[in-house]
Amino acid sequence: MELSAQFPIASTTVRTTCPYCGVGCGVNAKVGQDGALAIAGDTAHPASQGRLCVKGSALGETLGNHGRLLSPMLREEGALRAATWDEALDKVAQGFARVIAEHGPDAVALYVSGQLLTEDYYVANKFMKGYVGSANIDTNSRLCMSSAVAGHKRAFGEDVVPGSYEDFELADLVVLVGSNAAWCHPTLYQRIARAKQERPEMKVVVIDPRRTATCDIADLHLPVKPGTDVWLFDGLLAHLAEHAADDGFIDAHTTGLADALDAAGKAGSLADVAKACRLDPHDLERFYELFAQTEKVVTAFTMGVNQSTAGADKVNAIINCHLITGRIGRPGMGPFSLTGQPNAMGGREVGGLANMLAAHMDLDDAAQRAALQEFWGSPHVADKPGLKAVDLFRAIEDGKIKAVWIMATNPLVSLPDADQARRALEKCELVVASDIVLGTDTNEAAHVLLPALGWGEKDGTVTNSERCISRQRAFLAAPGSARADWDIMCDVARRMGFEGFAFKGPHEIFDEHARLSGWKNGTEGQRRRVFDITGLAGMTRADYDALEPVQWPVRTPAERTARVFGDGHFAHGDGRARFVPTVPRAPAHLPGGEYPLVLNTGRVRDQWHTMTRTGRSQKLAEHIPEPYIDMHPQDALLSGVKAGELARVTSDWGAVVARVQHGGGIARGSVFMPIHWSGQTASDARVGTVVNPAVDPVSGEPEFKHTPVRIEPFGVTWYGFILSRTDLPLREAANWTRVQGKDFVRYELAGRKPFANAAVWARGLLDVHDDDADWIEVEDKNGGMYRAVHLVDGRIEACLFVAQRADLPARAWLASMFGKEQLEPADRMSLLAGRAKEPAFDAGPTVCSCFGVGRKTIEIAIRRDNLCDAAAVTACTKAGGNCGSCIPEIRSLLAEAQAQAAEA
Amino acid sequence: MKASHAHPRLVVIGNGMAGMRTVEELLKLAPDMYRITVFGAEPHGNYNRILLSPVLAGEKTVDDIMLNTREWYDANGITLHAGDPVVRIDRKKRVVHAASGLAVPYDRLLIATGSKPFIVPVPGHQLPGVIGFRDISDVDTMLAAARAGGKAVVIGGGLLGLEAANGLLRQGMEVAVVHVMGSLMNQQLDPPAAELLRASLELRGLRILLNRQTVAIEGTDRVASVRFEDGETVDADLVVMAAGVRPNVELAKAAGLHCERAIVVDDTLQTYDPRVYAVGECVQHRRATFGLVAPIWDQARVAAAHLAGSGHRRYVQQATATKLKVTGVDLYSAGDIVGGEGSEDLVLRDRRSGIYKRLVVAGNRLTGAVLYGDVADGPWYFDLIQQRTDISSIRDQLLFGRAHSDDVAAQAA
Repeated sequence: MELSAQFPIASTTVRTTCPYCGVGCGVNAKVGQDGALAIAGDTAHPASQGRLCVKGSALGETLGNHGRLLSPMLREEGALRAATWDEALDKVAQGFARVIAEHGPDAVALYVSGQLLTEDYYVANKFMKGYVGSANIDTNSRLCMSSAVAGHKRAFGEDVVPGSYEDFELADLVVLVGSNAAWCHPTLYQRIARAKQERPEMKVVVIDPRRTATCDIADLHLPVKPGTDVWLFDGLLAHLAEHAADDGFIDAHTTGLADALDAAGKAGSLADVAKACRLDPHDLERFYELFAQTEKVVTAFTMGVNQSTAGADKVNAIINCHLITGRIGRPGMGPFSLTGQPNAMGGREVGGLANMLAAHMDLDDAAQRAALQEFWGSPHVADKPGLKAVDLFRAIEDGKIKAVWIMATNPLVSLPDADQARRALEKCELVVASDIVLGTDTNEAAHVLLPALGWGEKDGTVTNSERCISRQRAFLAAPGSARADWDIMCDVARRMGFEGFAFKGPHEIFDEHARLSGWKNGTEGQRRRVFDITGLAGMTRADYDALEPVQWPVRTPAERTARVFGDGHFAHGDGRARFVPTVPRAPAHLPGGEYPLVLNTGRVRDQWHTMTRTGRSQKLAEHIPEPYIDMHPQDALLSGVKAGELARVTSDWGAVVARVQHGGGIARGSVFMPIHWSGQTASDARVGTVVNPAVDPVSGEPEFKHTPVRIEPFGVTWYGFILSRTDLPLREAANWTRVQGKDFVRYELAGRKPFANAAVWARGLLDVHDDDADWIEVEDKNGGMYRAVHLVDGRIEACLFVAQRADLPARAWLASMFGKEQLEPADRMSLLAGRAKEPAFDAGPTVCSCFGVGRKTIEIAIRRDNLCDAAAVTACTKAGGNCGSCIPEIRSLLAEAQAQAAEA
Repeated sequence: MKASHAHPRLVVIGNGMAGMRTVEELLKLAPDMYRITVFGAEPHGNYNRILLSPVLAGEKTVDDIMLNTREWYDANGITLHAGDPVVRIDRKKRVVHAASGLAVPYDRLLIATGSKPFIVPVPGHQLPGVIGFRDISDVDTMLAAARAGGKAVVIGGGLLGLEAANGLLRQGMEVAVVHVMGSLMNQQLDPPAAELLRASLELRGLRILLNRQTVAIEGTDRVASVRFEDGETVDADLVVMAAGVRPNVELAKAAGLHCERAIVVDDTLQTYDPRVYAVGECVQHRRATFGLVAPIWDQARVAAAHLAGSGHRRYVQQATATKLKVTGVDLYSAGDIVGGEGSEDLVLRDRRSGIYKRLVVAGNRLTGAVLYGDVADGPWYFDLIQQRTDISSIRDQLLFGRAHSDDVAAQAA
């Protein structure tokens, strides 16, 4: 990263918050004299206590101006040109105004993101619901958290996570449902792991179709059949009703148990449930008994639960089990929704979703609508729910929505049936995109691009999974002419003649947000809203800047709230929690016939979303450089595909291509693909195009985890790779993946078209047209082997390797040659050979990204010094010594080694 | 030692490398079996003809290249008649007649008369100053001419011609190489390698004239210039004919031995007369004639075995390897570099470093190799060719040389 292009605005260490997952770890950032950025965990932050995961540790590598969107741009005759802010914002303001005038407020929409700060989110929501007068503002949080939101609202009357992270440490049983926390919420997972180390009697149960890294600490793993969680928790509810019901609590603080039990009864006997969930009845019984017998139990859930057409029911099925036992809002117990994004919850607080209002006011509550309009003094307040993400993009394609403004998200990659989203934007009259990078699939469809501030530049607050509000602080100056999202929106609002957007800074927005949270809260016959941060109102800029992480509600300046609902008083009008009847139902689309397998999607450890930031870090690229299809060897055999080779995944909605692998953690009938690769990083791995668009009837959240697919070989005649100092346009390859390296870009290639003249073809591909260029090559026409290296001033500029089979030389050694400023004559032959004469030690795929320790290095260390635990491996190889997120992998290597030793 | 009359007589016609190597091999097997008489046309002992180029180039002296001195002949009881060529073979009486009138009877006869340069029969080819490049006297002539300075034209862009040209250049002459083909050393090199060679020779100051058909050598009392088909002429104070050789078969023909392009021998190097053997450049074995030394060593070994009566060996033609003896030019060619039906090419190009490698593969065997610029692995390739090693497992690494391929082998193991 050259920060050189970016100017530090602070010379001291700045305390801020990580922009990735919902754990919301504290980060200390310091830009040194040399411009290099030092990143460290903030030991004072309650959420992480100084820990950072790989992604957080590598934040420095994701900055720098390369690839950034640095000025507003307008698309004219298909081509983008730089524009002034006035031009761009007038186009947006006038465009929106015109559409509203001609077609009404519901013909425009905002599609925003859990990456926005609360202040940005607040302004977006005020703009749409209060001034445009439509609730057509939805967010990518619809894709991850809306089922949890719906579940919370149905059960508690408000979208509230009752507990705190420390409950994971205080619990005697932690149940992780549909969560690979080891990879997706690493520092929280480390807290659980450490707690279990200190109290071995503490139990961990993982409920997940896949055997993920998280299972490393599990006492029991229930590989539930995809989409059957409701059966499992209905069964548990029935079991608890007999063995662990807290009648006092039920009578005093809840309603609806009878109906819930009726519905749960539909799941049938334990045997029926085990059958439905494809689980061993004894394991299931063990779990039920463990849950029944353990008072202090936390049930944490995330995408495996939320991303389902029964997502809201899954959430309520879980919550039901905590209500019937009265285990909620007290130390070490409660249902716990783990948030996917850094500020999904902050967005929910300001009404970021199409079916809610700011400050947890309800859209369908006339009194609260009126209160809100009065507070804002706005011309309107939306009185009917807007369109949820999937419907919103359908409405765009149908021409009902004619102008859309997309902020900090990449729907053409992240939405289900992503090609529909592309079709929609291609039809849309006005597509505005606010982003920090120029090259995204979505931006390619935008008419107006607005450069926003990125992490380290923007300034505001985020709320993590435990209701903890903490500051994201700026330590870098705005690059180019980029501006804060709230500032851009306020400008547009003013240009549209709207009052109430004259904020001087994020602190003023936050103050309004804080005051609103207390506005007519529980007074004048209004419902008492748990979300109340009146205590944070009236802060000066200085107070705001000094704001320490604090968990809401904060009704008075001094108040901090670790837990809510402990008193048994809930947010429904009658103060009672609701048991929600959850009748088990199968996913919308079932496998069979043409599509015998079920596609599950998710994150990998070292990448974030569509890789616009993490994709810039070579360190993060090393863990899993390429998109892959994880599947059971038996299914691979039946599908006629081989590990290491390319396969096509086809559903009713689209197709993608990726390399087959057998991770060993996946059951027959299921396949898994990562969500991160876009049209910018791979030719055909945008998994959203395959994912079915069915949504949960209550939450509107899509069923990302369950799409029937078919897998078939992707026939190619050659495999190859390129390492190049510069990006290359790859017309020739049938399939490619772009991997960021240090000082170079790596492309993995595969092709169908045989090339008549390899040399000519290669020079075209590497864009070398000077005949006197220093070009060395080897060719074995009949063997289908061709290799070329282009050198400039005695150092490698690019190289291309092609072969008939996927067995090409390891990339690692060639990659290292890009660091060499002057190559020896002897190196030239080695370059073509793909390795040093005395074969340089190939450390294998990186396991520990922090210290760049390879698999082989660890395996050898284990065997040589016969190490028997992860700590020893760390002591020996440093692997796992920093962020520790690779410790599960190290453990599995240890296990393998021991297994081999046993065999021998 | 005294040769007793009980011993059969072996007469060797030709005191060159082939004949003498055969004798040496024979002495190893059966030291006292024959009374041996050797006739040589040249007035020297026996020397290494291959090293004439370095002598011409001034890198070696004649003494450096001597193989067997007269003392050696005496010590082994061999009667040597150097400078007294045989003029007739009487197979009925089993006697050879030398120019001096000397007549020597034989029980076994070994013909090793070698070959002579092909003097292109163009007008003026017999002018003084037109020579071949075959023996020490030719070298002496060239050195003399070189001392006088001036221009030399070498006709023939093959191995021999280029070595001669390089030698003359080193001796300070202005040298042009005239080649009838479009690329140099077309027997051993493919066009890309030949092109690299041309470039580097021109860099050293040689003038290379390709696609030139010589039609006349002009001059009054001695050579003055060479004229080509298209009328172009080049001045020449010396013309060296290196356009191939012709086997010396007149003697054998006259004696009624079956000859085609050369004296036809079987796998035991025996001619159609069971008492007569032949080895070296004067023989034809299964349609092939020979110019390189390696096969001739093989022939000597076989012929000697049969002369010694322990006749079990058979001569088998082997792939051959060539290295151009021009200092500073690294060039190696081995086996069949043309290739044929089903043969496959592996090619490495590094123009900037002047390196070119082409390996010819047929089936899973290496059958030919052309190396230019980096010949370190030549012997290894040659060995793979001769051993007919299965290279399929190291095919992808083959071009990168032994070091890399051994890694592969090691990893495979």
